[in-house]
Amino acid sequence: MTWFLLKGLLRDRHRSLFPILIIAGGVMITILSYCWMMGVIDDFATTNAKLDTGHVKIMTRAYADISSQVPNDFALISVTGFLNTLKKDYPRLDWAPRIKFGGLLDFPDEYGETRAQGPVVGLGMDLLSGDSQEKQRLGLEKAVINGRLPQSRGEIIISEKFATDLGVDIGETATLISATANGGMAIQNFIVAGTIKFGIAALDRNAMIADIADIQYALDMENSAGEILGYLPNMMYNEKTASRMASQFNARFSGSADDQAPVMMTLREQNNIGELLDIVNMEIFIIIGGLIFVMSIVLWNAGLMSGLRRYGEVGVRLAVGESKGHVYRTMIYESFLIGIIGSVLGTVIGVSVSYYFQTHGMDMPGVIKGSNMLMSNKMRAIVTPASYYIGLIPGLIATLLGTMIAGIGIFKRQTSQLFKELET
Amino acid sequence: MKNNVLIKTENLVKNYPMGGRKFTALNDINLSFNSGEFTGLVGPSGSGKTTLLNIVGALDNPSEGHAVVIGKDTSQLNHRESAQLRNEHLGFIFQTFNLLSVYNVFENVEFPLLLLGMSAEDRKKDVLQALEWVGLSDKVKSRPAQLSGGECQRVAVARAMVKKPKIVLADEPTANLDAANSYNILDMMVSLNKELNSTFLFATHDEKVIKYLRRVITLTDGKVVQDIEKTPEPNNA
Ligand SMILES: Nc1ncnc2c1ncn2[C@@H]1O[C@H](COP(=O)(O)OP(=O)(O)OP(=O)(O)O)[C@@H](O)[C@H]1O
Ligand SMILES: [Mg+2]
Repeated sequence: MTWFLLKGLLRDRHRSLFPILIIAGGVMITILSYCWMMGVIDDFATTNAKLDTGHVKIMTRAYADISSQVPNDFALISVTGFLNTLKKDYPRLDWAPRIKFGGLLDFPDEYGETRAQGPVVGLGMDLLSGDSQEKQRLGLEKAVINGRLPQSRGEIIISEKFATDLGVDIGETATLISATANGGMAIQNFIVAGTIKFGIAALDRNAMIADIADIQYALDMENSAGEILGYLPNMMYNEKTASRMASQFNARFSGSADDQAPVMMTLREQNNIGELLDIVNMEIFIIIGGLIFVMSIVLWNAGLMSGLRRYGEVGVRLAVGESKGHVYRTMIYESFLIGIIGSVLGTVIGVSVSYYFQTHGMDMPGVIKGSNMLMSNKMRAIVTPASYYIGLIPGLIATLLGTMIAGIGIFKRQTSQLFKELET
Repeated sequence: MKNNVLIKTENLVKNYPMGGRKFTALNDINLSFNSGEFTGLVGPSGSGKTTLLNIVGALDNPSEGHAVVIGKDTSQLNHRESAQLRNEHLGFIFQTFNLLSVYNVFENVEFPLLLLGMSAEDRKKDVLQALEWVGLSDKVKSRPAQLSGGECQRVAVARAMVKKPKIVLADEPTANLDAANSYNILDMMVSLNKELNSTFLFATHDEKVIKYLRRVITLTDGKVVQDIEKTPEPNNA
């Protein structure tokens, strides 16, 4: 009997092939959208972590309070010793001291007069020590457009756009005019070693990147750093690990009222990223929920339609002597089978495609043009464990539900009525 | 046991809701049918022929009264029991053939035997015999779409007869057939009626069918207005 019904199912493409394709398509769309949005979130978080927040960040309390103003007068001091302690206490993390600063970059002509000048957003980071991972982390090698990265003290790189706008050539001298940590005037000459482009709108306007030692010297911040960023292994952010670390770290200084005591903050705790992620997560929840709802309606309907289409067949089977319960159960088994096959197929395709976009990404210029959210131009999908089962909700549950509801008609109707529906 | 009562209706009434009122499709039907009958329900369109056939076939329930089929009061049966009654004792033939289009001729005829839980060997034997009765031994593998209307109806007859049912219910079986095919089917039914002693109950207004009947029950507005026995005049005789 089972084989007999299966034979019928296989031969009737309206009952097998088409529903499988519809389900697979719906499941695939659901998974793709889900992975895509997970990718956007992850990209957002990763980009922020690399550029600004780390997975955790250590600052002084005073600095943290007004960190958006880059108050270098409240920078961490004795950084070399502090870094050694951190490396000992948290060997799995990579620790990176940074100094953020603002200023004017002035390009003199051959007589020493200002030829061109513009404001820069500056970043001092460890570019020159052999064990520093900063260059790889920010992909600086790949970001170079002209020239090269700094290879010795006194060299800087600047945004390609900034260089073109001001007509700056590689090898030219640039004078940084800024303020020292003590509020004095800082003036320091550098050589422009290269220009870079990150593909991040906010950075590509007027960034200046220098080795941290040069900036410490220029801004009178010997052995100081505004921030020390910590990165978990493989750039994989884990909120639990990060917040556990942060609370342990901060507990050590809870007794102290010192403004200069260090404080550790997680990625989520900075720049309102936590709230933003929560909003985005909520949006994803709503969008995916809506999508699942729509897909469910579509597949539910498909199940319903194919059920209704078969009232005639059902009538015949009942007349021949099959019981209503048996007909109903076989319809449910059938849609379960179809739902499983369609869902698995859709999941395989959806996850594969998502995986492709996880590894290769997709160029999305324009989307974030002029944005200052530090988002990368390359959109990626992320395959999470949920990607593997999220498609089952529309694929299997909706299909089953549609069939079940369509099937209820079999019980509610007089058997003789089923023939009438066949005839008309 | 030759003339035992197979079907008995007692004060049978069927109402359909119509707007706020009810419409009476069958009104106080008292009939009984014995084994081996070749009987037709005739009467104008809407007189209740199909309704009566459906109730006798346990496809529909009466509003009042009873239909006792092979000793079972159909209104007392649950889904499973009425299915079992149909499966074991009833064969249906419809105006529109109602074959399952995804199955071939053999499989369509085999289906009732599958439900009876017969072995593959027995099924094959019985299906081939039934197809021989209706002269379709050479179309075993054909799908309904590849058959003519007459052939389809012969498959339907084979499907109804393959389990040698006590009762065959045929609703306008010739309405979609030409004269030649109609007579062919009717001759086949007469010989099966003789061979298996099954009772045939028709609903029809086809004169060709009426000629073959041995008992004619006339319905008008849901009431039996005439119930007569007559001598059949088969076409070929
Ligand atoms: N499901 C239903 N709901 C309401 N009225 C119905 C229903 N089924 C049948 N009827 C009515 O019951 C009456 C008898 O119908 P039935 O189908 O038994 O007639 P019939 O004698 O078979 O007619 P025909 O020769 O045209 O097939 C008709 O008036 C019909 O409109
Ligand atoms: Mg009728």
